[in-house]
Amino acid sequence: MSSSRRSRWWLIALAVVALALPQFAEPIVVHTAIEILIMALFAMSFNLLFDGAGLLTFGHGCYYGVGAYTAALLMTEIGMPMFPAMFAAMVMGGLVALVFGFFCVRLTGVYFSILTLAFAQLMFSVFQQSYTLTGGDLGILDIQPPAFLVAVNNYYYFTLVMVGFSIWLLWRILHSPFGRTLHASRDSVVRTQFIGINVRRYRLAAFVIAGVFASLAGALFAPFNRAVAPFLVSWVKSSDPVLMTLLGGAGTFWGPVVGAAVFTTLHEVAIGYTTYWLLLMGSILLVGVLFLPGGILGFLEERSRRVAAARRTRMTEARGASSNASAD
Amino acid sequence: MLLRTQALTKAFGSLRAVDGVDLVVQPASLHAIIGPNGAGKSTFFNVLTGFLPADSGSVIFKDQDITRLPPHVISRRGVVRAFQRANIFQTFTVFENVQASILSRKGKTWNLFGLAAGMLREDTLRILETLGLADQADVRAGHLSHGDLKRLEIGIALGMEPELLLLDEPTAGMSPEETAAQAALMQKLVAEQGLNILFTEHDMEVVFGIAKSITVMHQGRVIADGRPNEVRRDRHVQAVYLGEEL
Repeated sequence: MSSSRRSRWWLIALAVVALALPQFAEPIVVHTAIEILIMALFAMSFNLLFDGAGLLTFGHGCYYGVGAYTAALLMTEIGMPMFPAMFAAMVMGGLVALVFGFFCVRLTGVYFSILTLAFAQLMFSVFQQSYTLTGGDLGILDIQPPAFLVAVNNYYYFTLVMVGFSIWLLWRILHSPFGRTLHASRDSVVRTQFIGINVRRYRLAAFVIAGVFASLAGALFAPFNRAVAPFLVSWVKSSDPVLMTLLGGAGTFWGPVVGAAVFTTLHEVAIGYTTYWLLLMGSILLVGVLFLPGGILGFLEERSRRVAAARRTRMTEARGASSNASAD
Repeated sequence: MLLRTQALTKAFGSLRAVDGVDLVVQPASLHAIIGPNGAGKSTFFNVLTGFLPADSGSVIFKDQDITRLPPHVISRRGVVRAFQRANIFQTFTVFENVQASILSRKGKTWNLFGLAAGMLREDTLRILETLGLADQADVRAGHLSHGDLKRLEIGIALGMEPELLLLDEPTAGMSPEETAAQAALMQKLVAEQGLNILFTEHDMEVVFGIAKSITVMHQGRVIADGRPNEVRRDRHVQAVYLGEEL
């Protein structure tokens, strides 16, 4: 079976499980599944920059937080309904990404990463300290989704549709001529400039797109969690998509989703047993980075490729042997 | 004339790597720049293509001043280069490498939702056939041999449909067979596609075998310029290349 056909079957199986999940799973599992979906979108938006454009951002939590806060403020302060508030959150996330990104894409390598972190920290202190607007370190409470989405199963399906559609969009973007051009600049900035591409502009566009999808993830989280707090904008939040992507496999399209699922599930399970769950997560990540440098999905893909190659060799050898036999 | 530089100068500290170079590239040319190591050939190329800013002087391409334009603008004006160490898109297939530059030339790179995979198939394959790389279209570029990599980079440049192709040491590191094939390819591009090629080269056999005009650089300056036969007899040139057969 070709790898694309196999991955299509995987995708169908995944979709079936995702659709049927609330029918057989406990509410707490559905709850975790919503978190996984949100984090998957967050991590995927990060990977559009990381694997897509070769840009490592340490400040992606900024856009997640801006999305969460924008939706939360609009819904609680002026009573805007959830859908327009989410849309406004995406616009806001995109605008903030446009302004910060304008400066960040002027730098490359580690300097780019540090500047993204600096902007995120700046945003963090704004959210944490302006008590009048954002409630400071208390955050914003009592963010209510519309009545028909209060039930956890309904919010699950809503999130599934939003995240599913976003992932489809991200897939299209990464496989479009624009995505190709981003990949080209990741492989060689200089060569890309010398085929007439203003690399900075494409990087900025990718930065804004990643910011928009990260804000959507944040905007999905706020009414789900019913509350937002400054830690959503913090550098710890910014590290989540980095770790998830590395764990799942940055070089694969679905890697961030796998990473988000494993990371979130482990977190939910571990936190029930031990207060040292961070230690456990750290150890798992260490093992992952040391022994699975391509991430979980990267490892699985590599292995299935090797198995397929070995089978091909065996078949050609067998064919060679039989033709030798007939020649005798 | 196609391209002209006037008193082009680029210094690194006190070293004047390119020192007041006047050079004219006529249309329909296969023009070589030669000179010993450190003569300033690569720096000259870098300034010409906007990779390094010129300190003074100017570059005129088809009557337009392109001196301080950035590389991506110069590439779109019709001056496209290949590097001494083949600079390609590692993770792309051979096909995708050339396709990327055609997508750029045709202004399709802001298409966010179309599928790139099947686009511009014929244009891309035509270039791959010219280069003799069509049978390796689906091979990942990182797996190519050295000679094929250098040809592939020419393919990327051709995707931009340049009027002037700049090749920095196009045969460096190649086997004798690969070198001969590369020289033949360059002649073919000039003869059949009306391309103009300006190239630097160490291999004198290649230079005197295919170049229609030659510029000799030494310590950042042009010391001789003309047809191969004139350059070969030039006394300055013989002094610089003392002991070497020209």
